[in-house]
Amino acid sequence: MIDKIVSSPAAALADVADGATVMIGGFGTAGLPNELTDALIAQGAKDLTIVNNNAGNGDTGLAALIAAGRVRKIICSFPRQADSWHFDRAYRAGTLELELVPQGNLAERIRAAGAGIGGFFTPTGYGTDLAKGKETRMIDGRGYVLESPIHADFALIKAERGDRWGNLVYRMTARNFGPIMAMAAKVTVASVHEVVELGSLDPEAVVTPGLFVQRVVKVARSKTAAGGFKNAA
Amino acid sequence: MNKWTKDQMAARVAKDIAEGAVVNLGIGMPTLVANHLPADREVMMHSENGVIGMGPAPREGEEDYDLINAGKQPVTLLPGGVFFHHADSFAMMRGGHLDVCVLGAFQVSATGDLANWHTGAADAIPAVGGAMDLATGAKRTFVMMEHTTKSGEPKIVERCSYPLTGIACVSRIYTDLAVLDITPQGVQVVEMAPGVSFEALQSVTAAQLMG
Repeated sequence: MIDKIVSSPAAALADVADGATVMIGGFGTAGLPNELTDALIAQGAKDLTIVNNNAGNGDTGLAALIAAGRVRKIICSFPRQADSWHFDRAYRAGTLELELVPQGNLAERIRAAGAGIGGFFTPTGYGTDLAKGKETRMIDGRGYVLESPIHADFALIKAERGDRWGNLVYRMTARNFGPIMAMAAKVTVASVHEVVELGSLDPEAVVTPGLFVQRVVKVARSKTAAGGFKNAA
Repeated sequence: MNKWTKDQMAARVAKDIAEGAVVNLGIGMPTLVANHLPADREVMMHSENGVIGMGPAPREGEEDYDLINAGKQPVTLLPGGVFFHHADSFAMMRGGHLDVCVLGAFQVSATGDLANWHTGAADAIPAVGGAMDLATGAKRTFVMMEHTTKSGEPKIVERCSYPLTGIACVSRIYTDLAVLDITPQGVQVVEMAPGVSFEALQSVTAAQLMG
């Protein structure tokens, strides 16, 4: 019997090695797999390369992982936010390497990894500092930049509901990077608020087919906190 | 010289957004445009974090932070609205499926180059987000900004001195003084705020204007 349900976030992340590349879903606070990130902090792996759209909010989750000195490099599009003080400090101290990627290139590089694409030409960033040193090509009179896929050892994502095959559905804009990160990692761990019987998810509406997911962990439902903007508490 | 207020600027941008358009409003001043679209004009609001059919802010107490916009502020979903993942969201931009995006800017050049993501200051932490994808992907990129910096420096220039977001991507600029089009011939003045003369406008613009 195929059963991807794992008993706890700690059990799901026991084999994350030092130096691993870990994708973490979420945009702002929506879709951040906080329970999984907390388990990663407790697990102890270091020298991590983290792929996330942002670079942590406040003092929890990815911000706490950075604060604990466990991140060597971060690949993201928008690190600087009103509440990204742990990233800001580590970046200014020179202890954290930043690879800044336009958000759509980030998404497509992740998708490309999952789709077996070896690289792609994108118009985004052409002629800017973020394309410096990269191969370019004129195609039909327009400039394009060669971008490479981003693979990961682990993807930690948050979904709403899942089954023992790993099929997932999400909740509103908490979907964001989840489906593509699930494709790009060797091991995708999805937290869900509800584990349902096989066959009870509408097959026409499953967003992530279970073959992209290796482990599913049920976590208690909590209200997504505000974050990432100036008025946030 | 009577400057347009931010709301007047937003109302002027809204006039150029047609019924049925798919629109992305950037963070900051551009978000005001949504308040000035007439109730009987149906447009689809896109947000980079995977939503089309975004509605206004929720009532106090009804915020759900799983439903946010690019600025991480809580929003609502209109009937017909849908969610999708990030690669699809940016395919919508890059693939030319958005009719209009409205962005803020530090500088715009006479040829429509846009600088809006980084001041280039040595101690500044760079953050680009979706700005480059939006600027180059949307069918029409509108810029909404003050005509000059707080210290009076022109923001419409021959060549941008700040790091670029995109090359030749801006089609129209809305400032507190004027509406200007980037054309193959140069910067064309479309409209000026009441009491603004062409000469006065040219004096605070570092690119040659066409009247």
